[in-house]
Amino acid sequence: MANIDSERSPSAGSDILNGLGRAFTKTWQAVAMPAAAVLVSMGCGALLLALNGFNGWDIFTVMLSGVFQDTRSIAEVLLKATPLILIGVGLCVAFRCSIWNIGAEGQLYAGAVATTAVGIAFPGLTSWIYVPLVILAGALAGAAWAAIAGLLKIYFRASEIVTTIMLNYIAIIATSWLVTGPLKDAAAAYPQSARLLREAWMPKILPPTRLHIGILIAIALAIAAYIFLFRSSAGYAVRVVGISPHAARYAGMSVSRNILLAISISGAMAGLAGAFEIAGVTFRLYQNISPGYGFEGIAVALLANNNPVGAIFSGTLFAVLRSGSEIMQINAQVPQVLVSVIQGIVILSVVGFGVYRFRSARPSE
Amino acid sequence: MDDIVTLGFIATTLGATWRLAAPLVYASIGEVFSERAGVLNIGIEGVMLVGAFAGFATVFWTGSLALGLLMAVAGGALMGLLFGLFTITIKADQIVVGAAMNLLGLGLTAFLYRTYFVSTGRGVEIAPSLNLPGLSDLPFVGEAFFRHNILVYGTLLVVIAAVFILHRTSFGLTLRAVGEHPKAVDIAGRSVALYRYGAVLIGCSLAGLGGAYLTLGHSNQFVEGIASGRGFIALAVVVFARWSPIGAFFVSLLFGLFYALQLQLQAQPALHIPYQALQALPYVMTIAALILVRNRVDTPSMLGVPYRKG
Repeated sequence: MANIDSERSPSAGSDILNGLGRAFTKTWQAVAMPAAAVLVSMGCGALLLALNGFNGWDIFTVMLSGVFQDTRSIAEVLLKATPLILIGVGLCVAFRCSIWNIGAEGQLYAGAVATTAVGIAFPGLTSWIYVPLVILAGALAGAAWAAIAGLLKIYFRASEIVTTIMLNYIAIIATSWLVTGPLKDAAAAYPQSARLLREAWMPKILPPTRLHIGILIAIALAIAAYIFLFRSSAGYAVRVVGISPHAARYAGMSVSRNILLAISISGAMAGLAGAFEIAGVTFRLYQNISPGYGFEGIAVALLANNNPVGAIFSGTLFAVLRSGSEIMQINAQVPQVLVSVIQGIVILSVVGFGVYRFRSARPSE
Repeated sequence: MDDIVTLGFIATTLGATWRLAAPLVYASIGEVFSERAGVLNIGIEGVMLVGAFAGFATVFWTGSLALGLLMAVAGGALMGLLFGLFTITIKADQIVVGAAMNLLGLGLTAFLYRTYFVSTGRGVEIAPSLNLPGLSDLPFVGEAFFRHNILVYGTLLVVIAAVFILHRTSFGLTLRAVGEHPKAVDIAGRSVALYRYGAVLIGCSLAGLGGAYLTLGHSNQFVEGIASGRGFIALAVVVFARWSPIGAFFVSLLFGLFYALQLQLQAQPALHIPYQALQALPYVMTIAALILVRNRVDTPSMLGVPYRKG
């Protein structure tokens, strides 16, 4: 343990110029390569549009002017960025531990369900207590849903890739059952829950837009996650387990505990995303509460090179894309699913440009 | 319960079991090839979607089922080539690239479907069931085993071919060696990369065919995300089957049974089971299957590890 710890702190006499040079290279890599990846993906998107008879350039200008039209449209972007940043940040932690949590979507639903259940149950609470309570419920539910996959991995060596995906389907199906059954609003014709009690609503920060306090919490948590991963010994252990479980075990770290910690953190963040959607945006539970934020979060984390602070920017970028794609669909009849294609190409470009390196260092024999 | 479980019910369920297992058989046996060569492709869900769409679009425009199946295989192979380029040549992380393949497959097929087909609402003619004279008319057995279309019977051919190729040809032997001791293959003067490309292409072609079954052999329509997790379930099937093609066939049948039961029981409102509980059945059973095989001695040792010379 002592050996590895001492490697972490740079030696006192390190060359300042050298350090600056390295910082420059790192910044260059962290900014230029993702930027190139994004450009390539947009280019491919434009090409795909052109091949199918759309005017790519016109569409992009319409899209960008629509996204940045006024305060309301910018607030809508930040509203979409909130769950993407939260999920992306959580996945940075899981991916740094080499835990392939593909289940953020299901964890988001688990959080949304818990927030709804708590948010309609306790009349008479003041906002100061009720809002944190519903948010906490969402985070815990997300963490618990993710922890199932963590425990299955630890005790049964079940691949978390498969189990988290299966748990996605189960959570989405369970939500559909809840809003048509036990949680259904008796007065509504459509499958939806009752409305959250007013005291459980998250405060707005930019009226009259819908933007709520969640975006600030997401940014704060991104910074906190960065500090956890790169400036704390607990986060260090998570990363060591991710790079080499053997080295971690040799250094006396518990592989199981770190796996469970990392996947629970990512689940809690996805659960928060679900909680914020309910307590900040819709105030009711619906069948399709997420348009795929959980899967988009994977691209957010990878584009950020699994750096939580980077996820603030990549999450915002994907939110711009998502908002833009809605405008494209309305104004130019371009199917919105183009976003998924661009996300896929973003991941491939990131891989192609070698931004994504931390796991490929594994030896072949 | 007694009045529900009749001979007719069992025959229908058995027939549906094989039919619903078919896409899983293709996808999982394909994945056996890929994983035996050491390449874990979690992107087969996306590959299946491409196969489903390519097959549907071709038959929609040309009316030729054979051409549709061919294009589904070609579409799958193209995805395989892309996957191979990134995982074998560039040596990127297989899981990350697989995740990208899923997004690409889902997005691309949904984009093209909405651009060209969504307003038509028209379906295609699906593969007709081949009624074998005499056999198809037998009571019970007829409905269960002899009233299927060519893609369902084709699953048998694929299993036999897979076993033969993997265990009776030098190609198969080398392919398996690539998943266990790539260095030995390299030293023997054969290209590890080439064999991995071969395995991935076979795997993705079969996944494409499995996808095509959904649009050309089961329903006559393409729906966004029509594979609905079958690609991921196939991954679990491979583990549960311990990387054996015959095992993959039978485990797929088991999952086919879960799908069939789900449909059959949904048609029985007297049971008072919420339909969502039945809907969740294949997914829950996938997790159960992974719990049951906790001891993975047969895992190819180099699964998921890119090969670097030297």
